Amino acid sequence: MQALFILVPLVLVVLLNLPFKQAYRKTAFYAAVFTAVFQMVLSLTSGFLLWKNITDLFSFNFIANLGVDFFSLVVLFTIGLISLISIAVCRSSYDKDKFNFFNLILIVMMGMNGVVLTRDIFSLYVFLEITAVTSFILIAMDKGIEAFEGAFKYLVLSALATIFILSAIAFTFNAVHSLSYTDISSYLKGLGGHFPPQIIAALVLFITGLSIKAGVVPFHGWLPDAYMSSPSAVSILLAGIVTKVAGVYTIMRFAGDIMNNITIVSNILMAFGALSIVIGALAAIGQKDFKRILAYSSISQIGYIILATGAGTPLAFAGALLHFFNHATFKSLLFVNSAAVEYSTGTRDIDKLGGLAGKMPVTGVTSIIGFLSTMGMPPMAGFWSKLIIIIAVWTSGNYTYSVIALLASILTLAYFLILQRKVFFGKLAEGLRNVKEAGALMSFSAILLALITVAAGLAFPFIIYYLQAHGLLKLVIS
Amino acid sequence: MKEILILILLFGLVGSALLSVLIRNLLKAAITLAAASALLAAVMFLLGTWIAAVIELSVCAGMITVVFISAISLTKPLTDEEILIEARERRGRYIFLPFILIAVLALLIILKASNLMNFDFIESANSTSVPDFTTQTSVIWNNRALDILGQVIVLLSGVFGVVVLFKERTAK
Repeated sequence: MQALFILVPLVLVVLLNLPFKQAYRKTAFYAAVFTAVFQMVLSLTSGFLLWKNITDLFSFNFIANLGVDFFSLVVLFTIGLISLISIAVCRSSYDKDKFNFFNLILIVMMGMNGVVLTRDIFSLYVFLEITAVTSFILIAMDKGIEAFEGAFKYLVLSALATIFILSAIAFTFNAVHSLSYTDISSYLKGLGGHFPPQIIAALVLFITGLSIKAGVVPFHGWLPDAYMSSPSAVSILLAGIVTKVAGVYTIMRFAGDIMNNITIVSNILMAFGALSIVIGALAAIGQKDFKRILAYSSISQIGYIILATGAGTPLAFAGALLHFFNHATFKSLLFVNSAAVEYSTGTRDIDKLGGLAGKMPVTGVTSIIGFLSTMGMPPMAGFWSKLIIIIAVWTSGNYTYSVIALLASILTLAYFLILQRKVFFGKLAEGLRNVKEAGALMSFSAILLALITVAAGLAFPFIIYYLQAHGLLKLVIS
Repeated sequence: MKEILILILLFGLVGSALLSVLIRNLLKAAITLAAASALLAAVMFLLGTWIAAVIELSVCAGMITVVFISAISLTKPLTDEEILIEARERRGRYIFLPFILIAVLALLIILKASNLMNFDFIESANSTSVPDFTTQTSVIWNNRALDILGQVIVLLSGVFGVVVLFKERTAK
């Protein structure tokens, strides 16, 4: 079944680009939507036996070392969801080369699915590269100076990350003589806490490389420019899922699963996480650009996930996973809102905006839901995951980090109140008298994501009960 | 002796890689890049990874250079005067680089000759100079279907990158 996540988009990309493509250029949108929905359905229904038997017919045994567990299924579902939103926003807001955009989305989905499914560090590197290369192209699609600057910064730092990760793989292979996750995990367990220098070098290089990919402070230099300068649909994809899969998912997988929460790695991760939470939030307060505020806010929120991953208890991991999903939905929602505002008014400068809530009711209301969820207001989904993270970090004995995480929520409140006040409330700004909603697909995306955010928050006790009943709070390699 | 040969080749590799970045003339830069690939292939050959050496030589040194040079042949070169001015500016900036390289190389060779530094990592690679398809080699060369799939996808994304970023510009 797992191979389908990679092969279906691949087949579609090839089909879309057969020589006589002019005849069916328009179908690219439907192909992309089909892939995203298919991925969501496949990841949701993988538990049902009949469906599993059907999809297992396509098991493609030649592709070994793929694996799937609850953690990967959640991430795969999120990839499908955010890609769907990005496709919808592209359809309604991007007026240039949509055909290539949809193809690139299919390719970046393949890359991310590969990262999630593989159980071999070298294949992981290959798929990380696919994701990164496609992201450069997507960021640079507008071809302005800003776009190239954003893409170039990402390119340079990502190349650095690649070097680190590749060196770490070489060191690991030299010591373990195998590349599979399970072998590395059992090798590290067998060491019993005494690590030879090359393993320590590998750990440090790996964590650094992945932190660059995740945009964690102090490696966040590329992130605001990349998010800000790319087309709206791409920002949603990048902020919602690409950096999360390439950086955060891999860190979670490695720190928790493979490195078995080694103390030194935990300490590094918690320090990075706390730094990101505070610096991301402080930097967001001073910004004037809608998307830039959201970008810094992403750094801050990803800090929570990294902090919980560092804390390392099963509860913290559950919190990290929930925040992973929640952040993907509410941050994508806010990026959809920023796309709608930019599309309708032509600017993202919050000083030039104001009073839009009356003119764009859907955007206004959904953005409030997104903001409330980000700052952790009950009963939104973001409240529960932050609560679990803070409790888990506290019970793991790291009181300082827990207090930092709690207090930083106030900073979140501050920058979002400023944003909300300047963009949606107050007097209607000049020249915005004729502003309308940005189109049906954009509103649909915003409403869908807002519904998920609210529903996940309201149904949260059931979700946590379900997870506990099925023993899914403890995440292990299958 | 082999270690020193490898060291020299590696420094030649670094040198030509630096040149390929620093040279302003695209054609010469492409050729120095090919030289770097060829040197790397030689090092791989000496270390006993023959398949990697062959692939490196044929793909990186061979094919990519052909692509580069054919692309460069379509561009318009700078005039001699502009090149002179550029070269003079850059010479001042990077004049120290070759000296650093040579100094480090000499230092390493002296260290090797006087047995002060351990070069075990090269020797251990040497000991497997005949490819035996046992554990290590099989991990690297077999069971790689997923990566080949990945390579296909990388090629696809490269094609789209060229189409998206360069096609329109030539139309203008």
